[in-house]
Amino acid sequence: MTTTEAAPVSVPPPPTGPVPWDKPLALATLADMLRIRRMEEKCAELYGRQKIRGFLHLYIGEEAVAGGAMRLFDADDNIVATYREHAHALLRGVRMGAIMAEMYGKQEGCSRGRGGSMHLFDRATRFFGGQAIVGGGLPLAVGLALADKLCARAALTACFSGEGAIAEGAFHESMNLAALWKLPVLFCCENNLYAMGTALSRSESQTELCVKAASYGMPTMSVDGMDVVAVHEAVARVAPEVRAGCGPMFIEFRTYRFRAHSMFDPELYRDKREVEAWKTRGPIHTYTARLKAQGSLSEDEFLALDAKAQAEVDEAVAFAEAGTWEPVEAMLRDVNTQQPQHQG
Amino acid sequence: MSAMARTISYRQALRDALREALRQDPRVFLMGEDVGRYGGTYAVTLGLLDEFGPQRVRDTPLSELAFVGAGIGAALGGMRPIVEVMTVNFSLLALDPIVNSAALMHHMSGGQFSVPLVIRMATGAGRQVAAQHSHSFEGWYAHVPGLRILAPATVEDARGMLAPALADPDPVLLFEHAQLYNTEDEIADDVRVDIRSAKVRREGGDLSLITYGGSLPKALQAAQTLALDGISAEVIDLRVLRPLDDATIMASVRKCRRAVIVDEGWRSGSLSAELMARINEQAFFDLDAPPARVCSEEVPVPYAQHLEEAVLPQPAKIVAAVKTMMGRMP
Repeated sequence: MTTTEAAPVSVPPPPTGPVPWDKPLALATLADMLRIRRMEEKCAELYGRQKIRGFLHLYIGEEAVAGGAMRLFDADDNIVATYREHAHALLRGVRMGAIMAEMYGKQEGCSRGRGGSMHLFDRATRFFGGQAIVGGGLPLAVGLALADKLCARAALTACFSGEGAIAEGAFHESMNLAALWKLPVLFCCENNLYAMGTALSRSESQTELCVKAASYGMPTMSVDGMDVVAVHEAVARVAPEVRAGCGPMFIEFRTYRFRAHSMFDPELYRDKREVEAWKTRGPIHTYTARLKAQGSLSEDEFLALDAKAQAEVDEAVAFAEAGTWEPVEAMLRDVNTQQPQHQG
Repeated sequence: MSAMARTISYRQALRDALREALRQDPRVFLMGEDVGRYGGTYAVTLGLLDEFGPQRVRDTPLSELAFVGAGIGAALGGMRPIVEVMTVNFSLLALDPIVNSAALMHHMSGGQFSVPLVIRMATGAGRQVAAQHSHSFEGWYAHVPGLRILAPATVEDARGMLAPALADPDPVLLFEHAQLYNTEDEIADDVRVDIRSAKVRREGGDLSLITYGGSLPKALQAAQTLALDGISAEVIDLRVLRPLDDATIMASVRKCRRAVIVDEGWRSGSLSAELMARINEQAFFDLDAPPARVCSEEVPVPYAQHLEEAVLPQPAKIVAAVKTMMGRMP
């Protein structure tokens, strides 16, 4: 696409206003977003050095969604995510070293090197992937929530998916089933405007995603997904209701990815000026500016948080580098669960 | 049979197994299309809603993808779901969750997550329901590592396979041939079967008839006919389509030195082709003749009765194939 004749790019104004949080929460949230950003910048670099292979989908630009939402989920909650899930895994508590080792394909990785970037899993934190078929995680989330409901557990299942999944039948079938059975699913739709290279307006007859979700009889909300405060406040408001058994809810997070869809994507489908315009809404620098404006953050504090994130990245890379390759002789393991054969 | 034996139908045997599972394990629940109020398309689940209530016998919308996927999620969440997909034909709408989620989850997660899910479905042709309702795709599923594929062909297996399937920590698919639901047999009250082995259903010495599911009665009938002509056919019921019990199959083939495979699936790229390959790989030098197959003709299953009968494996076709192999004109 040429830029010379393109219409002016208009984006909503950057998030502004006070951050209504105490300092520990404000800084912890910033630290989370910085950890995601620094980790993924390193991933891009390592991909260039061929340390990470396969598909690599970066979350850069979208940090406010995971950064605002993930800390609000309880240990008993279930998380289902997509192939763009590094941030969700990290903030769920999967060690950065285990994530990095997974991307290296090392057996110290959080999926023993069997999954890679798209299939991060962690049983200890109820992180159910890393589901890389678009829409594939949605019915799983419905089932996890059904199990909680049948067992009368006050837990929710947070299901992250992109707006591209809304074109899949799985989305509609899952929304219907969750609403019909009043299951505790929090559908978190990360609308970054492009399903790989297909703009929302080129794939959906109805681009107001909440209208679609509302047709299944569940409450919906559309939130500025570049504003970590708005994300956090929205999830904080609805998560207890979902957990308490009020039925499923749908939140659209309007966000934008600054990087290509995957490392193979030459980005022919969008105007570079559009990307630059969205960067003025960048979730980290706008949030940082707000914190500084209200005196909640000094430059030294910012630099300290950033240095800490960078140190964690360095440590994660060292862990991955020091990791070991699974012996080829073990390649057939984990097709079936190891257990004594059932005796008939 | 013991004094505790009784005669029941294949349908009743399945129902008894489901009832037992629901009574014994609070984690077990059923879901599928019309399993509750309707009583099951093939009446397998009739009465279970009244006994166990709508939380545990769940009617679903016509959403195969979602409710099979939800079964996987519920299994991950600690339940032991039994999902009924009305027929294998509709399971194509749930191929993604079965193949991409259930079968792969354990491996992709580096062994962290298991999916203890049982999926039941009717399969097969023979009731004049035409092309879209007559598929035999169990062989497709048997292609996929991570799945266990069962084909109960007897009343005893219909009664006994569910319990070990539920005890399996991984996904198990049960294929019930629609022609078998009304078959009756005398079975013990305490049926215990495995879900690992093939079984010799009729002993013989001249050739192995290797089959499963809805073709087992046809193979047994053919064996009876062949016996009248002095040909002794051994009938092997595969029972487990994945993983295949090579040991039982090859022991029979090595003994009889001839093999005819009977499979209602099409032959190209099929389970019968896999069996041919394995026999050739493992027992080639024990064979007195090239193995043969009796499969469905490679056309969609037609509606008209005489045509449907003609395209499916039938006892007469099996007899003819065997006689050809034995060097006797059919």
